[in-house]
Amino acid sequence: MDVGGSFDTFPKLLLRNAAQFGNHAALRHKHLGIWQTFSWTQVLDIVRAYAVGLQHLGLKQNDTIAIIGANRPKMYLTVMAAQMVRAIPVPVYSDAVADELSYVLGHADVQFVAAQDQEQVDKVLSVLEHLPHLKTIVYDEDRGLRDYDHSRLMKIEDVIAEGRAALAADDSLAAKVDALIASGEGSDTSIILYTSGTTGSSKGVVLSAKRCIDGAIDTVGFDKLTENDVALAYLPLAWVGDHYLNYAQGLVAGFCMACPEGPETVQQDLREIGPSFYFAPPRVFETMLTRLMIRMEDAAAIKRSMFHYFLKVARKYGEAILAGKPVPLSGRILYGIGSMLVYGPLKNVLGLSHVRVAYTAGEAIGPDLFVFYRSIGLNLKQLYGQTEAFLYVTCQPDGEIFADTVGPPAPNVVVRIAESGEVQFKSPGMFVQYFKDPAKTAETMTADGYVKTGDAGFFDEKTGHLKIIDRARDVGRLKDGTLFAPKYLENRLKFYPNIKEAVTFGDGRDFVCAMINIDLTAVSNWAERNNIAYGSYQELAAHPLVYEMVGRNIAEMNVSLAEEKVIAGAQVRRFMILHKELEADDGELTRTQKVRRRFVADRYAALVAAFYNGAKETDISTEVTFEDGRKGRSSARLKIYDLPTTQVPADFENAA
Amino acid sequence: MRLPDVSDVLLRVESVSLAFGGVKALTDVSFDVRKGEIRAIIGPNGAGKTSMLNVLNGFYHPNQGSITFKGKTRTRMQPYEASRGGIARTFQNVALFKGMSALDNITAGRTLKMHCGLFWQALRFGPAQREEIEHRRRVEEIIDFLEIEAIRRVPVARLPYGLQKRVELGRALAMEPELLLLDEPMAGMNLEEKEDMSRFIIDVNDHYGTTIALIEHDMGVVMDLSDRVVVLDHGIKIADGSPDEVKKSQAVIDAYLGVAH
Repeated sequence: MDVGGSFDTFPKLLLRNAAQFGNHAALRHKHLGIWQTFSWTQVLDIVRAYAVGLQHLGLKQNDTIAIIGANRPKMYLTVMAAQMVRAIPVPVYSDAVADELSYVLGHADVQFVAAQDQEQVDKVLSVLEHLPHLKTIVYDEDRGLRDYDHSRLMKIEDVIAEGRAALAADDSLAAKVDALIASGEGSDTSIILYTSGTTGSSKGVVLSAKRCIDGAIDTVGFDKLTENDVALAYLPLAWVGDHYLNYAQGLVAGFCMACPEGPETVQQDLREIGPSFYFAPPRVFETMLTRLMIRMEDAAAIKRSMFHYFLKVARKYGEAILAGKPVPLSGRILYGIGSMLVYGPLKNVLGLSHVRVAYTAGEAIGPDLFVFYRSIGLNLKQLYGQTEAFLYVTCQPDGEIFADTVGPPAPNVVVRIAESGEVQFKSPGMFVQYFKDPAKTAETMTADGYVKTGDAGFFDEKTGHLKIIDRARDVGRLKDGTLFAPKYLENRLKFYPNIKEAVTFGDGRDFVCAMINIDLTAVSNWAERNNIAYGSYQELAAHPLVYEMVGRNIAEMNVSLAEEKVIAGAQVRRFMILHKELEADDGELTRTQKVRRRFVADRYAALVAAFYNGAKETDISTEVTFEDGRKGRSSARLKIYDLPTTQVPADFENAA
Repeated sequence: MRLPDVSDVLLRVESVSLAFGGVKALTDVSFDVRKGEIRAIIGPNGAGKTSMLNVLNGFYHPNQGSITFKGKTRTRMQPYEASRGGIARTFQNVALFKGMSALDNITAGRTLKMHCGLFWQALRFGPAQREEIEHRRRVEEIIDFLEIEAIRRVPVARLPYGLQKRVELGRALAMEPELLLLDEPMAGMNLEEKEDMSRFIIDVNDHYGTTIALIEHDMGVVMDLSDRVVVLDHGIKIADGSPDEVKKSQAVIDAYLGVAH
C-alpha cells in the first residue's frame, strides 16, 4: 500500500483513498438503529458536492469555519469539505457554554459555523454580537429549527444538494474542484485546534497539512494500521486525540471511522462495531473496571470464583504471553482455558474483542488497572503527547510496555530534557504557531526549534523510556524543602476506586493537604452493601464512614510514600471530601476533565485556609453553573480529618 | 409558524355532565379543541380534570352531553374506538409494561396498525415480516425523535421516572394519533426533566402536527406551552381562553387561592 507518500493535504489523500480503496468502508454511523456505511467513493462524492455548496455560500481559502457538535458524520464531512476549499476548520467542544464558545469563535474570526443541532445553533445565536464576521450557520439536524429565521441558516443536506446540482449543471465545475484540490499546499493551515486550557484561556494551535500527515504516517506505520482497521470515533471532536487518531490516521491508513449513535450509547456501539484500534483515557478504563467488579460481586458464587481464579492465572502469565515471552506449557494451557471461559467473554462484553492496538494517555494510569487489561489480552499501551505536537511525542512499542513510563520517543521525534527538567521535543507533526498570538508562540518555542511541553520528566535509566512527573510549573517544595509534585500524589490517590478526583496543596506550606471527590459509582455501591442511607451526593460525601474509608486509603498511600525517599515528606496530613463534584461547567476542570489547579485553589481559598489553621470543620458556599448556563448556590459544612503519617526511616531522612 | 385555524375544530365537548352516584365530577362542561393547537385543562385538585380526559377517550361515559370528534358525534364511545379514531393518551401514573424493553413498549403502541393475521405473525415471514420491518422503522423514528436510543433494550422498570414518561409518550406517538391526551406529563419531575418534556411536547406538536390536550399542575409550564387553556373547578368550567386571559380571570385566581368568605 502506498502510505501517505507524496501526499501533503487531506483532500489529496481522500482522492487517493477513493481511487485505491473504492468500496471499502470509510465512515459508518447508526441511523434509526441500523448501521449505515459510506464507502470512500461515496465520501469523496459527498465532500465534493459539499465543498461546492460551501463555496456558493461564500466560503473561500483561509476562511475559518467553526464545527460544533458530537461525532456525527456530517461534522467530519464538514472538516473534509472545508479543507477541500482550503478553508480552515476550527472544531469546538460541543459542551462548551456560550461564554467559552464566544471566546473561541471570536478569536478565530469565524465566517461560518457548522452546528449539529438546535442546541448548538441557539448557543451561536446567543453570542452573535461577538461574531462580526459570521456569514452563515449550517446545521445537521433540523429538529426545532423550522421556525428560525433562515436568512443566515442552512441545512447541511441542502448545502450538499445545492453543490450536487451545481456540479450536474456545469460540467467544467468538476475540473475546477480537481484543480482546487491539486492547488492545496502542504503549508496550508489544515486545522486550528483550541487547547482545553489547563493553564488559563485556551490557545488556538495552528497545524499545517503536511506536518499533520507526516505525523500520522509515522504512527500508522508504527502500529501497522491498514484499511481493514476500524475505530470508533467517540472522543470530543475538538480534541487533538480525535482529530489525530481517527481523522488523520483514518485518512492516511484508509481505515473506517464509526460514529456512535449518541454519547450515551458508546458502550453498546463499541460492542456492535468491535473496533480494532481503540483509545480511551485512563478514566474510561477505570470506570469499565469498576462497573465490571461491581457486577461480578453480584454474580453467582461459581461464576465469581471462576472469575477470580482465572484472573489470578491471567496476572501470572497474561502479560508474558502478550509480550511473546516464554511461558511454561501448563501456563499456556490454563490461560487458554481462561480465554475461553473468562477473558474472551469479558472482552466481548466490553466491546474489546477485536482490538489489536489500544492506547491510553492524558493522565497516569494505575498500575493495577493497566496490568488488568493487559493480562486479559488487551494490547493496551501508553502514549504521551499534546496538541502542540499533533498528539504523539512518545509511545510504547509492542513488547516494551511499562505501567509507569510513557515509552521512548515516537518515530522521527526528538525528545530532550532541559536543564530545568522540562521535557522538550521536535516532531514531524509539531504546530506552526498559536493563532494570533506570536508572544505565546515565542514563549513556547526554544531558539533551536524545540517545543517546550511544560511538563517535568526524565528518562528512566533502566528502560530508556520517558517518565513524566508533573506540570513543571506545578512542582513545588514544602517549607522544609521536600519536593512536592501534586499531580503525582493525586494520581496515586485516584488509583483507589473510591476516589474520583483529588487536589493536593503544599507548595510553600508546612505539610500536604488534599481535597477529595468520591467516585459515586463505587461509593454508592459500597453504601448499598453496608446499609448506609443517603439522599444526595453531598450527604454521602459527608458521611463519617465514607470519611473513614477514604482516610484509610490515604493512610495507605502515606505508608507507601514513606518508602520513596524524595517525596516521603509529602505525605497527606489532612483531607476533606468536597460537597460537590468538580465540574467543567464551573471552570474547575478543563473540557478534557483535567483539574485546573490554580482556579480550584482560588475558588476554595477559604477551605485551603482552613486546612492550615487547624480548623476541624469549615463552611463553604459556592456558585454552581447548571448545564443550561443558569447559576445557583450550593453550601455545606465540610469536615477536615487529620491523618497519621508514617515516619521516614532514619537513613532515608538523612539522605533526603 | 403554527397557526391553528379557528374554524377547524377537531373535538367539541358539549354540555358534558358526569356523576358517580351523588358525586358530580363534571357539570355541564363545554369546550372545543382546534386542530393543531396545544390545549391545556387545568384546575385545583379534584376539579375533574382526569375525569374529563377519561370522558374524552371513552373510558367514562358522560351522563349527559355529547362529544364530537372529527365531525362525528357520539354519546357512548369505547376506548378502543377512540384509539382507532386517532386518540392516544398517556397516564398520570406511568402505565407501561414494566418487564418489557422501551422498544417493545413503543412497538406495542403500533398494535392497532398491524394488519397481518396471527398465522403470518407467528411464522414471521412474507407479509408479516415486511409489515414488521415497516413498523420497526416507525418505532425507530420515534426513538430518534425522543432521543432514547441508549435505552432501547432496557426494561422500563429499570429506567428513572422521567425516562419512563418519555417512553410512554413514545408509545402514544406510535399510534400516530390526531389527538394526543397527556395526563400530567410532568408530574414528579425535576426542573431539567420538565424542560426536556416541554421541549418534546412542543416538538411533537410542531413536527407531527399532532393536536395535544394536556392536564398539568405546573402553572409555569402550562402558560408557556399552551395556546388555549380551559379551567375547571369542582367539575364546572370557570374560564376558557388564552393563557394571558386565564391568568387575569378573577374566578381562576379565586379557585386557586381561595376566597375569604
